[in-house]
Order: sequence, then structure tokens, then C-alpha cells
Amino acid sequence: MAKHQISLTVNGKPVEALVEPRTLLIHFLREDLSLTGPHVGCDTSHCGACTVDLDGKSVKSCTMFAVQADGAAITTIEGVAGADGTLHALQEGFREMHGLQCGFCTPGMIVRAQRLLQEIPNPTEAEIRSGIAGNICRCTGYQNIVSAIQYAAVKLSGGALKEAAE
Amino acid sequence: MNETVQPSSLERAESLQGLGCKRRRVEDIRFIQGKGDYVDDKKLPGMLYGDFVRSPFGHARIKSLDTSKAKALPGVIAVLTAADLKPLNLHYMPTLAGDVQAVLAEEKVLFQNQEVAFVIATDRYVAADAVDLVEVDYEPLPVIVDPFKAMAPDAPVLREDIKDKTEGAHGARKHYNHIFNWQIGDRDGVAAAFSKADVTIKELISYQRVHPSPLETCQCVASFDKIKGELTVWGTFQAPHVIRTVASLISQIPEHKIHVIAPDIGGGFGNKVGAYAGYICAIVASIVTGVPVKWVEDRIENLTTTAFARDYHMTTEIAATKDGRVTGLKVHVLADHGAFDACADPSKWPAGFFNIVTGSYDFPVAHCEVDGVYSNKAPGGVAYRCSFRVTEAAYCIERAMDILAQKLGMDPAELRMKNLIKREQFPYTSALGWEYDSGDYHTALQKALDSVDYKALRAEQKTRQEAFRRGETRELMGVGVAFFTEIVGAGPSRNCDILGIAMFDSAEIRIHPTGSVIARLGTKSQGQGHETTYAQIIASEIGLPADAITVEEGNTDTAPYGLGTYGSRSTPVSGAATAMAARKIKAKAQMIAAHLLEVHDDDLEWDVDRFQVKGNPERFKTMKELAFAAYHGVPPGMEPGLEAVSYYDPPNMTYPFGAYICVVDVDVDTGETKVRRFYALDDCGTRINPMIIEGQIHGGLTEAFGIAMGQEIHYDDEGNVTTGSFQDYFMPTAVETPKWETDWTTTPSPHHPIGAKGVGESPNVGGVPCFANAVNDAFKFLGSTHIAMPHDHWRTWTVAEQLGLHK
Repeated sequence: MAKHQISLTVNGKPVEALVEPRTLLIHFLREDLSLTGPHVGCDTSHCGACTVDLDGKSVKSCTMFAVQADGAAITTIEGVAGADGTLHALQEGFREMHGLQCGFCTPGMIVRAQRLLQEIPNPTEAEIRSGIAGNICRCTGYQNIVSAIQYAAVKLSGGALKEAAE
Repeated sequence: MNETVQPSSLERAESLQGLGCKRRRVEDIRFIQGKGDYVDDKKLPGMLYGDFVRSPFGHARIKSLDTSKAKALPGVIAVLTAADLKPLNLHYMPTLAGDVQAVLAEEKVLFQNQEVAFVIATDRYVAADAVDLVEVDYEPLPVIVDPFKAMAPDAPVLREDIKDKTEGAHGARKHYNHIFNWQIGDRDGVAAAFSKADVTIKELISYQRVHPSPLETCQCVASFDKIKGELTVWGTFQAPHVIRTVASLISQIPEHKIHVIAPDIGGGFGNKVGAYAGYICAIVASIVTGVPVKWVEDRIENLTTTAFARDYHMTTEIAATKDGRVTGLKVHVLADHGAFDACADPSKWPAGFFNIVTGSYDFPVAHCEVDGVYSNKAPGGVAYRCSFRVTEAAYCIERAMDILAQKLGMDPAELRMKNLIKREQFPYTSALGWEYDSGDYHTALQKALDSVDYKALRAEQKTRQEAFRRGETRELMGVGVAFFTEIVGAGPSRNCDILGIAMFDSAEIRIHPTGSVIARLGTKSQGQGHETTYAQIIASEIGLPADAITVEEGNTDTAPYGLGTYGSRSTPVSGAATAMAARKIKAKAQMIAAHLLEVHDDDLEWDVDRFQVKGNPERFKTMKELAFAAYHGVPPGMEPGLEAVSYYDPPNMTYPFGAYICVVDVDVDTGETKVRRFYALDDCGTRINPMIIEGQIHGGLTEAFGIAMGQEIHYDDEGNVTTGSFQDYFMPTAVETPKWETDWTTTPSPHHPIGAKGVGESPNVGGVPCFANAVNDAFKFLGSTHIAMPHDHWRTWTVAEQLGLHK
């Protein structure tokens, strides 16, 4: 199958690649770039485990071809922490508030939450819940994910942090 | 004499991060940075990809199978069919339930999406192309999807391979579509109780077919090294050691030449206990091609082929006195096992531990009978976040108790209070043979009732029912009460085995000279946080900080043999092994301490992280010091080193319990049910990490919410799965999922070394009947007795319609 040349930015680094037109973005990221943080959970764009940030929007990378990302700037979970390895407030919040268990949804959930907090810096609980409705978690029951995002929202806006759940 | 000022015992205990603290999880560090190591992340040189050709029919004869076009596609390496596997005797594989299951269909397909051929190609896209090029000609046959029709005299024969066998793995078969009949209890005693009863109830209580659907599907990478004759399989295995043993028995490769590795697992919930056709085909493909072969299920394959749960149809009868004391229980279950009996139960228990069905109540007599049947549905019958068939049992008895309360005109909480087993009755032997280890049920239920102000809820409900009758509201309020007893921690070798291997579990702890530790266990976390919690047990037992303890699971080469993680058995069995191994280490350390302090062993006492001389606490040796001493200063005649292994055969199961209360508001015009409140009180004995316990309960309740309120693996009359993706199979998101309130009491297990009972599955067991009771409770004042799950909008609207509420 004829391949197409694409140029994009992934986690701040320029990437040039030849891809088949039918290659899904998730497979390009995971298999060609070895960015295995984003996962495939459902194949029907319901679960959001494959969520990445693309040009300022959360996208499900299982529902997009790699060629459609030509020219785009993409951030995956691997690009969320600071260049010096400092954890993002969301990463810290997910750990502090026990917002993850098996970890499979976590990369998509954190990347989505990062965009959500840019869309709505101080979201209400209902806004958080609807903001992550495209990301399914089978382990946590969401309550501590909501707390984790609230933790990050507070921290990012310089507020005081509350104690862990329970 | 140690000169420096020592921190207090309490300060030292806190610094260990041991039992009872909300230790943050060790595993999170990699997961929050996208650095988990899951099976599909594995990329090996030359790796090929396998994909299945699957049956579009629920029941059909294969008239012809042509792989030539697929094989001709560039990038396709091979296409395996039953004809290729048959000479190797691998076209069928043994199941855990004593049946066999087709790996690739030979003459017939028996359920939709059954595996027919396995394509091996250079990448997953080419493999998928080739799947479409395999030509199969089918002759459709009559289909059975209703288990009540499976044993009709003229029912189609499903399993031609065993149609003449009158004896199955669990005794006589009554019909060619019958699998087993299993009975327990006192039939005559029950008949007598019913003949004397003031009040009886009888209801068919069905628990629909559902699926555990962890977010990561089942998958593996098999790599056979022809030079060494060794096989390595990375896979999503909840029980890696059992998989290795099965792989050895099937493949005839010696067990020591098979390396099974379960890396990070993206949730299991029972889905990843069994052995599947994909594993066998990937292994065969790697042996044939000499290179690694990866197999990854997609979601549709996951929901429709690997490991369903439930599909239990329970005709339930209770006898009682008119003042509400239960006097007898009778249950007949029709169990739909699908096309092959691939239930994942301990060998001697074809219906799992369903005989926990007397629940938390003091039934003087009971009888239970289960008939398993074949149907044209996927095989499985796994314990989806519960001990074997315990969720079915809890749903059965908790619905039945509510139905009895309704008939008696009693409040459901009052009926439960009247019949709960009393604290002084423990250890309690149930009418169906279990010995409940410990419990304080009345305290738990009373705490739950008080916490939600149950009386006020009932008063509000009465007011609102009157308002509804007056036409002032279109909402019905329901209050659901459930009290459950789990039976977990399988299990004692006297009655629990898998393929003849007793269901012990293991822990091996090795202390390094600097006082850091590696512990390896026979279980396998799929999100439960074992790397965090086992270290907490060790920290409290031997006084070394949890942060200095690495916990490792899942590699059969390094971990001691264990039966894996399911049925809430990790804490009751491996957690016990961990404590026992730690105690062996501590005993040796005590001898070393006595030697170094020049006192008798008995003159020492343990204090948090050290042995100190009784009455002279300034003279002590810390565990860290003793670790070093173990490698250079042991007493004469003692072997150096400090490590221990424990294989723990539990003396009994553990019996966690809980009291749940749910408040719902049902809109009779839309059928929408809003969960206003959900309160869950759990008693799991000693609490290892309250943060993780709470997380487990939130997650299990959310799964219970999904099951009760919307999930069903549904087949149409032609055998098509109509709910085979997340488009159709209800997956709760953050929007629908209620907020959870958690609470606890603590009744330690008397036989577990640290008193812990296990908790992960309780919320699924107790949650489902609690939601169901709440919805039923909303309608019961209008004359409704039992509404089947799932309580989705449509079904609930239909109930309202049938009750004439839309006129």
C-alpha cells in the first residue's frame, strides 16, 4: 500500500514519517513512535483510553488516521510531565486521591483532564463529570478521579489542598 | 548501648507505612506517566500478528472452508484451521470445568463469533484483511438461546462430540444438552418446613448474562525458541502459574521450559482467569513459524467470546412463620453455560459456592439444586468480581427476602434484623454446609440504618406515595436494603482445587543485607494495588519500611507457585502467606538478636521495628541491623541469610459482609431511575489500606450499578449478540455513576494471621441486589412483586406501563 509522508509535532518534538493511509493514529503513536501510554480499549471510540491532545482538542486517536494528523501538534501522556520530570498537578492528584487502579484508562483520563482544566480552569463537579464522559474507567467508580481533577484545579490555581479521600 | 535519642514507638510505626495507613500506591508512579507495561506494549523483533476468522452464525454446520485466497495475500504467513490442529490433538482444549472446548471449530460452530480459523500475518492490518479472504460455507442449524428450551425432547443436539455420553464431569446427564445436576442440603427437611409454614413465597429470579469487560481485553504474545525448546508467553493472566501448568499439559513442553509472564494487567474482574483459543493459537503459531506471535482481542471479540458471567435462573422459595422468622429455603437453578462448560470454578464445585445462598440469615434448613445446560451462546461462566457464583446467590436471597417482607407486610430491614445470624452464633455452620468464620451483622445493619436515617426515609416515601396517588408527582421513591455475606479466599485444600492443584497461595520474602526487601507472590494484581498492600503487611510484621520493600508478581520463573488472583483470594490466602513468611524471618532475626545482645531468645520482646531486652529497652537491635547481621554475624551453627517462603493452605474461607442502602427516584413517564443516595458499609476484617479499600468499593459499586441498571449480553432468537460493543452494552460513565458513601465495621477473621478477609468483590456482590431492591421497592406499593434486571429506562418504563401508570 502506498505510503504518505507526514510531518507533525509529538510531545514537543518534530516527527517525520511515512505511513499507510489506513494506519490509525493510535497505532502510529504506539507502534511507530513507541509511545505506548495511550491504549486501545474499545475500537468504537467510546472508552477514551486512546485520548491524546491534538491542536488544543482532546481526540480519540483510535478514530483518526495518522495522515489526518499531518501538520498537527500532539501531546500524549508521555508529554504531560515537565521536561525535568516534574509531575503535572494532575499526575500528582491522581496518585494523591487514588484516582487510578489498573492504570489502563489513566493516560487518556489525565490527557483529557489536562485539556478540560484549560477549557474550564475551576470546574464544578458536574462539569468535571460531563467533561470526562468520553473516558471510561472500569476500576475506580470515577469518584476519586473527580477528586484528583479537583485537586489539580486547586493546585494549578494556587489554592489550598484538602486531605485525601475518606 | 545505643546512644542516640530514639523516636517513640508510635513515630517509628508511622514511618513504616504498615497496616492500616493510607499509603499512596507504588504502582501509580509508572501508570500516571504512561509507563505501564501491558501486553500489547510488547514489541519483539520479527513479531507476527494473529487474528481470528469467526462464525457469523449461532449454530451452523461448516460445509467448506477455503483459506487459499487468504494465504495468497502478501504478508500472510499461515492460516491455521482445525485440520491443522487436529494432528497435534489441539483442536480441542480441556476446560477448568472438566469439559472440552473447541480451539478452532471443526465440523460445527456453536455460538456466534466462535473461532474458525487463525490468520498469521506480518501486521495486524494485513491479518484483518486476510480474515475477510477466508471463505467459509455454513449451513445454519436451529438455535437455542433460551436455557429453558435446552432440554426439550425435540431440542436440537448442540454438542455432537459428546451427545451419547450419559456421564459428565460432575455425574449423570439427563439430556444431550444437559451438563450436570448438583444438589446440596436436606430435601425432606425443607419439604417438612414448607408443609408447616404460615407463609411461603416462590419467584423465578433471573440474573442476566453479563460480561466483566475490563478496559484492556485478553491478549498474549507467544515466543517459542526452537534452539532451547523453550516457550515464553506474556499474557493477561490472572493466574499465570495455572496457565503455565495447563500450557505444559496441553503442549507437552516441560513445565520448566515454559515461562509465563503476566505484566501489568488492565483490569480482570474474572475475565482473565481462563485459557482461551487465542492463547493456544498464538502458541501454536509461534512454534510453527519460529517467531513471536501476538494476539489481541478487540472489544467485540471480548464481549462475545471470552468469559461471560451469570446467566443464572433461580426459582426461589422461602417458608416462614407469620411473624417473619424464616424456616426453610429451596432454590432450583437453571444455569446457562453456553456452548462449552468453561466455568472457572474449583474442580469439585460445578456451581461454584452457590450454596452460600442462605446468605446472612439463620435458615434452619435449606436445599439447593443446580442444573447446567448447553446453549448456543459463548462459553464462560466466570466469577465476575465475586467469589464463584456468590453474586448470583446474594442477588437471589436478597431479592427473595424483600419479596417475603412484602408478602408479610413487614419492613425489609426489620425482616432482616429478625433473621440475621447473631454475633454469638459464630462460628456459624449454615444449613448448606459452610462455616462462617466471624460476623457482627446486627451492629452493621443498625449502623447502616442509623447512618441514612432509615425511618425518615420510609416516612418520606410514604408521603410521596400518597402524593403520587393524588397525582401531585410522577416520581416514585424506592429504598433498597441489602445485607450480604461473601465467601472468599478459596481455599482449603480439603475442598478446593483447580485441575487437582490445591488452592493454596504463596509468598517468598528475601531481606537484603542493607535491610531492603524483595517479596514475590503467587497472586497477580490487575489493579488491586498488591505492590502497595503486601509491602504494608510485611512492614508491620518485620519492622522494615514499606518503601524499602519491592513486591513482584506474575513471573512464573521467579514467583513461588500460586493459584492467582480472583475470588478475593489475594488477601485471605497470599496475604496470609505473606504474614507467615514474615514471621519465619522474624523468628530467625530474634535468634540473631539474642546472640548479638548476649541474652536468651525469651528475654527479648518485639517493639515495632526491633527486638529489645525485656525491662531494658535501651538494649535493642533493629531489624535493619539484624538484616546486616544475618549476612555476617549469625550464631554458631545457623545458616546465614534472611529469607523465607510460605505456602499457605487456608484452614477456612473468610466471610466478609456488609449492609448497603440505596435510595432511588424513578420517573414513571421516562423510566429513568436517579440514584439519590448509596451508602455502603463493609466489614472486611482487618483493614490493610483504607484508601485502597475505599477505591475497591467505589469500583465494585460502579460495576454493580452497571449490571443492575443496564447491562445484558443479549442474544436474539437467531443467536446473534445484540449488545456486542460499548455502543450497545451499557458502560457507566462519570455522568451516570452515583456518588458513593462508604463506611465500615471491623470484625477480624479469627483464623487469618492478620485477621483480614478480602474486600474487592463485596461491592459487586452486595451492590447488585441493593440497586434491584431499590427499584423494586419503588413499585411494590402498586402491587409489583419482582422486576427482572437490568433496570434500564425501557424496562422500567414498561413496568410502569403494565401497572397502568400511563393512563
